[in-house]
Amino acid sequence: MSSATEDKNILARWWGALKRPSTRYAAGSLLGAGVVAGIVLWGGFNTAMEATNTEQFCISCHEMEENVYREYQNTIHYSNRSGVRATCPDCHVPKEWTHKMVRKIQASNELWHKMLGTIDTPEKFEGKRLKMAQSVWHSMQKTDSRECRNCHEFDSMDYTKQGRRGRAQHIEGFDAGKTCIDCHKGIAHSLPAMVEVDPSAVMGDGKRHR
Amino acid sequence: MNKSLVLGGVLVIGLLGTTAVCAADPAPLRGDGDIWSSTDVVQWQDRDPIPRDYVQQPPMVPHTVEGYTVNLKVNKCLTCHSWANYKEKKATKISQTHFSDREGNDLANVSARRYFCSQCHTPQADAKPLVENLFQPLPAISNR
Repeated sequence: MSSATEDKNILARWWGALKRPSTRYAAGSLLGAGVVAGIVLWGGFNTAMEATNTEQFCISCHEMEENVYREYQNTIHYSNRSGVRATCPDCHVPKEWTHKMVRKIQASNELWHKMLGTIDTPEKFEGKRLKMAQSVWHSMQKTDSRECRNCHEFDSMDYTKQGRRGRAQHIEGFDAGKTCIDCHKGIAHSLPAMVEVDPSAVMGDGKRHR
Repeated sequence: MNKSLVLGGVLVIGLLGTTAVCAADPAPLRGDGDIWSSTDVVQWQDRDPIPRDYVQQPPMVPHTVEGYTVNLKVNKCLTCHSWANYKEKKATKISQTHFSDREGNDLANVSARRYFCSQCHTPQADAKPLVENLFQPLPAISNR
């Protein structure tokens, strides 16, 4: 009881001090201190944001390094003729600030499951692969594949430089209002068992039709 | 003489010997040619269906298949060539023969023995044949 009153007193004193103009410090010093504190806090925030936005940080978790990172190393987004590489955050973290913050906050769920060990073995990872893949596909469909379009913009495509199949399907797909991920699934990581997504494109179970 | 000195001497000699062995490159199985120079082989990209040369020849793949996965979980080829998808993707559909098991039963989906496409269907490259080939396609199925 007494400690609660004390707490209230401390809070009240702080609040009082914040409300009253300072009589001890010059406005200039307060402003200066505020500016310095602002730079340090914002700089620190930004540095932490940048540090958690590197491939090195992503693959510091073995769940990422041993599964999706190794799969990605066999794909064109890792190694290609012109040497332009898209790393984890290029595709999985939005560039624009607001969306980036939203994604960073959502990532706390990933930290939680890291602690729970939800996907800490290859078997567990495989068991959750469809669910995780569908979640990424879904969010990319919602944003019209925003992260793809940071590099691949429909309007910048020269159809005459594309292969026949690509040209035909791109034109048709864009006309139908499709977005990149609608067709380009599994281009950077192994696909999950697709039996629920497209039962016609998986190994049959050897059973006759009943 | 100091024991460790002897040991150190032996180690140094051993290391030198290893280096000498490593320095002598084994003769490469490919011969002396430069393996890094690029070849003139060009993968065929997106052509019309390639005419067949004999009866029951598996059709060849007239496009590149780089990065196309076929494993127990998924078959990239079938995302276009399956009966459910071929119309939308304007692709050739897999033949009905792919649905029968070795007893001749018609199955509800692609048979395991016909599932791994590239065992029979291969992409083509514009490469010079290594040996002369006098094979003539059957006139009845080829107008070449």
